[in-house]
Amino acid sequence: MLYLSARQREAMIATCVRALPDEGCGLLVGRGERVEDVVASPNVAASARVYEIDSRVLLATDRRCEREGSDLMGVFHSHTHSEAYPSPTDVAQAPDPAWHYVLVSLRDAITVVRSYRIVEGRVDEEEVVVERAADGPETGTERRLA
Amino acid sequence: MAATVRLPTVLRPAAGGATTLTVEGATIGEVLISLTTNYPAMRGQLLNDDGTLHRFLNVYVNDDDVRYLGGVDAPVGDADEITLLPAVAGGSLG
Repeated sequence: MLYLSARQREAMIATCVRALPDEGCGLLVGRGERVEDVVASPNVAASARVYEIDSRVLLATDRRCEREGSDLMGVFHSHTHSEAYPSPTDVAQAPDPAWHYVLVSLRDAITVVRSYRIVEGRVDEEEVVVERAADGPETGTERRLA
Repeated sequence: MAATVRLPTVLRPAAGGATTLTVEGATIGEVLISLTTNYPAMRGQLLNDDGTLHRFLNVYVNDDDVRYLGGVDAPVGDADEITLLPAVAGGSLG
């Protein structure tokens, strides 16, 4: 399960749209299964088929998490021309079994956001719970396999 | 020379759960070789067979990525903190 706000979901999508035609990417900071911040990164691979988080963003975020007592809990990136499912490259290079791997597919008119756990090459989708702010236009919790 | 090395979560089991280690070496290459000598489970995760940095490992001396400091030849001093982090990469390519 991955909990995030509607605003955080929109921030991931906006990062990926801005990166077009390349893949967009960024890191997820939080505690347990709850995202507290979305950290956009340049895609240093500068490619529509490959992404790599900027090493300086990675170090700064790692240090921030240590300082704040939060976790570097995952990564998001876009697939511009394919579905929101980890590619063999994503699975082979998944750096941490404790992480949440969020895929943003921009292939179709409706953007699709899904999250996965990747442990020893095995891919399991998890539910994404998008919570709307209490003072936002909608109240309550939206539950869906995003 | 002995520098402090901060380990990422994924490498800690190979070092008995340690988060930081004090490691001998005057260059990044020497430090990484010391690590694999002392903690054989890290072998293959730090350096390639030809002694170059593993493609999917980020190594920093203080705030700087060693790829911009000479790679394995980057000098290391006693006061330096070395941070290892797995590169975060992937993509839709097969």
